[in-house]
Amino acid sequence: MIMEVLRSILKKPATNLYPAEKLEMAEKYRGELKFYPERCIGCKLCMRDCPTGAITIRKVGEKKFEAEIDLGKCIYCGQCVDSCLKKALEITKHIELAQLDPKKLKVVFGHEQAGESPEKPSQGAAE
Amino acid sequence: MHNSKEFKIPIGPQHPALKEPESFSVALRGEKILGVDIRLGYNHRGIEKACEERSYVQDIYLIERICGICSHAHATAFIQAVEEIAHLAVPERALYIRTLVGELERVHSHLLWLGVAGHEIGFDTLLMYTWRDREIVMDILADLTGNRVNYGINSIGGVRRDISPAQVKDVLKAVDKLEERTKYYIEVATEETTIIKRLSGVGVLAYDDAIKLDAVGPTARASGVARDVRRDDPYAAYDKIQFNVITDTHSDVYGRTVVRVKELMESYGMIREILKKMPEGPIAIKAPPRRIPAGEAISRYEAPRGEDVHYVKSNGTEKPERVKVRAPTLANVQAVKHMLKDRFLADMPIVIAAIDPCFSCTDRSIAIEDGKSRKKNVMTWQELHDYSIKWHRERGFDPAEINRKFHKTMEGK
Ligand code: SF4
Ligand code: SF4
Repeated sequence: MIMEVLRSILKKPATNLYPAEKLEMAEKYRGELKFYPERCIGCKLCMRDCPTGAITIRKVGEKKFEAEIDLGKCIYCGQCVDSCLKKALEITKHIELAQLDPKKLKVVFGHEQAGESPEKPSQGAAE
Repeated sequence: MHNSKEFKIPIGPQHPALKEPESFSVALRGEKILGVDIRLGYNHRGIEKACEERSYVQDIYLIERICGICSHAHATAFIQAVEEIAHLAVPERALYIRTLVGELERVHSHLLWLGVAGHEIGFDTLLMYTWRDREIVMDILADLTGNRVNYGINSIGGVRRDISPAQVKDVLKAVDKLEERTKYYIEVATEETTIIKRLSGVGVLAYDDAIKLDAVGPTARASGVARDVRRDDPYAAYDKIQFNVITDTHSDVYGRTVVRVKELMESYGMIREILKKMPEGPIAIKAPPRRIPAGEAISRYEAPRGEDVHYVKSNGTEKPERVKVRAPTLANVQAVKHMLKDRFLADMPIVIAAIDPCFSCTDRSIAIEDGKSRKKNVMTWQELHDYSIKWHRERGFDPAEINRKFHKTMEGK
């Protein structure tokens, strides 16, 4: 054991200096959701299967839907993505979602505001 | 301290040495434990009841959150029961993937335990090392399933994610590294005098007692009881995989350590075999049913801590009628009582830690018993609420007032 301890003293630390050093998540990590309003048909299958009721699909116009996702409620299980037959939802590996103000945890993805939602657009969502 | 005097000390429900709230009332004479009274129920989260109000699909994620460490164990046990009721033939490849995640989970759980055990005996170097190495398997799990804990890999009739050839390579590489480290831990466990002296003869559970008290998992196996659901009642792909059931005859905490480190080695072998034998094919059945026909099933799963039992009763709708969970800790709690008797108080943390307790998993239901009439009664939510307000008012607090003040400060902010 002593030898191992001595060897470890010379090694560089096993931990990262987060947040100065960013963490790279696994390729298919389940982080924040992304919504493609143009693909959604408003069937609400995602709402039915969501275990926490974190996602709400609202009709905002003729065949236009927006999604409100409560990041505080969402458990990032990705079931809504599996349930959606139109591939209107996608899971990204963006994980830095903490907020001091609980109101900011409610993110609305819609037609007009796509990109200018209160959150900055998800990183790592590019396919 | 006077050795003649008997006294009782409460440890918990809130105590710095406990990671989870649980109440131990310890009767002592001097340093010696005369008896321990364990009261469960401080972690009750009502998950079983909540399952009845959600669909099977939603329940998978809820059940998975019974335990953060053996989440796959619970989710798989539940889903196996559901699949049995619905007579679903799960594709072979899915079974292999479930087994793979199950074994990786065992690796992470045993490494975690080894660190915790080191911590409890003041050997924090071991904690740092094992937890550093545990990151290897955590990264692999995150890569395979999408999360470090609560993997969400199961779906009714299969698994949700396939494993690619590149990932197979990553897993094999990680397993090699872990195996090398584990060999080192075996060396530490069998040669390091600190460990041997501190753990030998502590928390003894003889073979007969293990049988009598129905211990499960590594706790039972360390007492020489070759009890392992993976072999006794194979599920998933375990009937196609070669492995040894590790037992030990030390019957103490030291034996439990040895069993766990050796089981790690078994798991590596199994992971390699799984990856080699994994057949091609679909990973889930097409169109899993949402309604499960009426029926009931019991499913067993060898979680890292021992046998986990789930019971599911369905009534033909989208939601189960009853879900019952018996987590491994519940089976081992009685054994802890026995192990602590006539031992020193200072051994208590490590003896409790040695069964790898998870009290949140264990707490399932509360029956309130009237102290005098011994009558059990069940309170509705409103009654419980009123009772708690009355209780506090009698003691000079007004929860409603505090609540109002709290909201005011929060809003004022
Ligand atoms: S399941 Fe997909 S298409 Fe249906 S409402 Fe949800 S996001 Fe829209
Ligand atoms: S990821 Fe899970 S919890 Fe979050 S919105 Fe989708 S289904 Fe709901």
